[in-house]
Amino acid sequence: MKKKYNIGVTGLNAIDSPGPGIAVIRGLREAASFDVRIIGLAYESLEPGIYMHDHVDKTYHIPYPSTGTDLLLQRLEYVHQQEKLDLIIPNFDAELYSFIKLSDQLNKLGIKIFLPTLKQFEERQKFNLPDFGKKYDLFVPRSKPVFAVNDLYKLDEIDFPYLVKGKYYDASIVYNTDQAKSAFNKISAKWGLPIIIQEFIHGTEYNVTGLGDGKGNTISAVPMRKQYITDKGKAWGGISIADKDMLELTDKFISQTKWKGGFELELMKNSKNEFYILEINPRIPAWVYLAVGVGQNIPEALVNLAMGEEVKPFTRFDVGKMFIRYAYDMIVDIKEFEQISTVGEL
Amino acid sequence: MVKIKPNVAVSESGFLFNPANGESYSLNPVGTRIFGFLKEGKSYEEIRDSFMREYTVDHDSFERDYDDFVNMLKQYNLTERDEEEV
Amino acid sequence: MEKQRYERPVIKKLETNMPNKFGTQTELAPKTHIDNVPVKKLIEEFGSPLFVVSEQTIRKTFAKAKKAFTTRYPKVQFAWSYKTNYQNAICNVFHQEGSWAEVVSGFEYEKALRNGVDGKKIIFNGPDKTVDDLKLAIENDSLLHIDHLDELYTIIELAGNGGKKPKVAIRVNMDTGVYPMWDRFGFNYENGQAWDALNKIMRSNKLELVGLHTHIGTFMLSANAYSVAAYKLAELALGIQKKYSHEIKYIDMGGGFASKNTLKGAYMPGTDTNPTFDDFAEAITSALINSDFKPDKLPLLILETGRALIDDAGYLLGTVISNKRLADGKRTTILDIGVNLMFTSFWYDHKVTPAQPFSHYTENTVLYGPLCMNIDVIRENANLPLLNKGEHVVVHSVGAYNMTQWMQFITLRPNIVMIDEKATPHLIREKETLDSLMSYEKVPEHLKKFDL
Repeated sequence: MKKKYNIGVTGLNAIDSPGPGIAVIRGLREAASFDVRIIGLAYESLEPGIYMHDHVDKTYHIPYPSTGTDLLLQRLEYVHQQEKLDLIIPNFDAELYSFIKLSDQLNKLGIKIFLPTLKQFEERQKFNLPDFGKKYDLFVPRSKPVFAVNDLYKLDEIDFPYLVKGKYYDASIVYNTDQAKSAFNKISAKWGLPIIIQEFIHGTEYNVTGLGDGKGNTISAVPMRKQYITDKGKAWGGISIADKDMLELTDKFISQTKWKGGFELELMKNSKNEFYILEINPRIPAWVYLAVGVGQNIPEALVNLAMGEEVKPFTRFDVGKMFIRYAYDMIVDIKEFEQISTVGEL
Repeated sequence: MVKIKPNVAVSESGFLFNPANGESYSLNPVGTRIFGFLKEGKSYEEIRDSFMREYTVDHDSFERDYDDFVNMLKQYNLTERDEEEV
Repeated sequence: MEKQRYERPVIKKLETNMPNKFGTQTELAPKTHIDNVPVKKLIEEFGSPLFVVSEQTIRKTFAKAKKAFTTRYPKVQFAWSYKTNYQNAICNVFHQEGSWAEVVSGFEYEKALRNGVDGKKIIFNGPDKTVDDLKLAIENDSLLHIDHLDELYTIIELAGNGGKKPKVAIRVNMDTGVYPMWDRFGFNYENGQAWDALNKIMRSNKLELVGLHTHIGTFMLSANAYSVAAYKLAELALGIQKKYSHEIKYIDMGGGFASKNTLKGAYMPGTDTNPTFDDFAEAITSALINSDFKPDKLPLLILETGRALIDDAGYLLGTVISNKRLADGKRTTILDIGVNLMFTSFWYDHKVTPAQPFSHYTENTVLYGPLCMNIDVIRENANLPLLNKGEHVVVHSVGAYNMTQWMQFITLRPNIVMIDEKATPHLIREKETLDSLMSYEKVPEHLKKFDL
């Protein structure tokens, strides 16, 4: 008989700028090696996944990471009492830090987490990217943290146009100092200091999603080229591609950092066919179902790694398969909304 | 007297849905209780007296909170507009 | 029949937002007791507002800091930063724990002497030491940390008049990769000012160079900056050894360790993100141990951390004066705690919890103080349970700076109570009275009378 795992999943916001939760769940439901009961963990009452009962068996409200890990742990302990969780797969950027911090405590409760280490998580932060590139010998755009508007005049190495980026979110491309100053002020007012000035790499954008086992081995890697992008910059359609360089780069990234867990690399290929790493997202991306569809079930492999099973690296995937996203209207009774809003469970 | 719109109701859990405009609200137990009394058409004095019997609260505090609560109900358009009110 | 606890009625519109990146803060557990003493009883006995200091928390926090450093480094000495909180009772807890005194003014210096601290164990920092301060400190063999050249010349001059040989260190500022760089205090490392001052000291032959000091910033969120600073001070010390065959006795890394408070605008609470004593200790001690000091010649490591040692031990208790709704419908609560008592509310989102049980219903509330000043805001946005008039709140982690930077403005300064380890509260600073305040004032004869 197949094993059955109770798995907590966040990121149920399957909206136009989607969280990865539903895609992860689809992968888990199709897993050949185990059965699952899916426990949704939601921050807001309108995350669509809460109401998708064929995907999510039961959902609990959890407190925002900004309320602190103590409250989050308390709530997860409660959920664990009801559901006997084997594993949690966190999918939101903003919550990863808290879950990494809690991983020991959750482990003691018997709940597994398969995330990068705190060191891996911090190293790949936007403002640490130049050091990251140097340390692991990977191409990254030149960038510099800037604390004051006047320092924009001292960017000897970075030419226009360049990107003005917030510490965590937001970015604008600027072509002259006036634009840079205005972007600096706007973004720093919202996200604080420093502001990161990043070299703009001309070229074509590619993405890779993959999975590292934490020992330096690549378990999975699937490259994708975005075909259609929404006004929020999210892929609405994409195609799996075969690119040896990209796969080699991914192997290098994983073996150098001993990356643990799922990830997405945002890459830019310049005119000399060099790949630059623009960003490293330390979690499974929302388009992961493409990887499942082309033969690499990353969520399934991640669960098996977390549960201590031996996992063989995937060796092939179908090239030229596309994902095309669509929106879908569910009909939901207000009773369900009432239930999740007032009791926090559905 | 405060009159609650006829098609508005609050559930035991304090969930309130206004079918006229699609807004939802959440009330705490004291709010739910007062809302229930208003729905039954009870006067302020009746409501106050039953609160005085059952809760640890003084007249003045209750009156102030009650007025504030009723104002919020009005602001959220959950009450009938009272023509006599000046 | 027992009456039910009343909570004011509330109706809240359900906001059907998608998860946003900035969730609201809820501080859920009530703080009914501090070290087993009911908050209610403290307020009954000592009034509201009231500062409460937990002796047990001070000692526990100190033990944690001490352990972090002494398990990693052979010679460690703490010096209590008087400016952070110079209530005598508090200073003495630190002195009992073995801390020396670190002072930055003549008045603080004398306070330390009167508390019974041996002059040899007082570190005198800061840019403003008067000639009289310096004379007294030299006489007492105190450790003078020189801030600028004018002070250096004054000390050389004083030393020339015979008497004792002043024990000095210089304060060094440097680039540690953090912003802002504190280059207004002391002598710069990178541009050679520090060497210049050290050469002057060594060549004068009138001063005894005992240490090197730095203080790289305040509320530091990066432990790594300390590693850079410790490394640079070690380089300087080794350079002096090479050039003058002179061994300095100590390296003073100053303070600036962040406490667990949450800075305004931070997404995650400070309790989750701010470095721990272990983080700071690891950064500093490994830099010193990995430098070229011979293992048996490692200098004494002095730490002047203030905030991180006392913040959590301080509470401010207050009372709800009124609940009010603003014109735009926003809920506000007026407390008897103002920014005149809680300076730190300008840069922290202090944790505020009710002192009595409550239900899980919350409202987004602005917390105002009692001053008739628009800036008197304790929290701009707190998701708080429903507070009734006359109920009490506890503001957490106010031990650092508030009891020294408080202002007598509109209201008088309240009592400070310390709860000892046996749960007995002691009044350690009496509240001000109109008499105490007016005893400083003089009214010229011709202004004493008026007719209205």
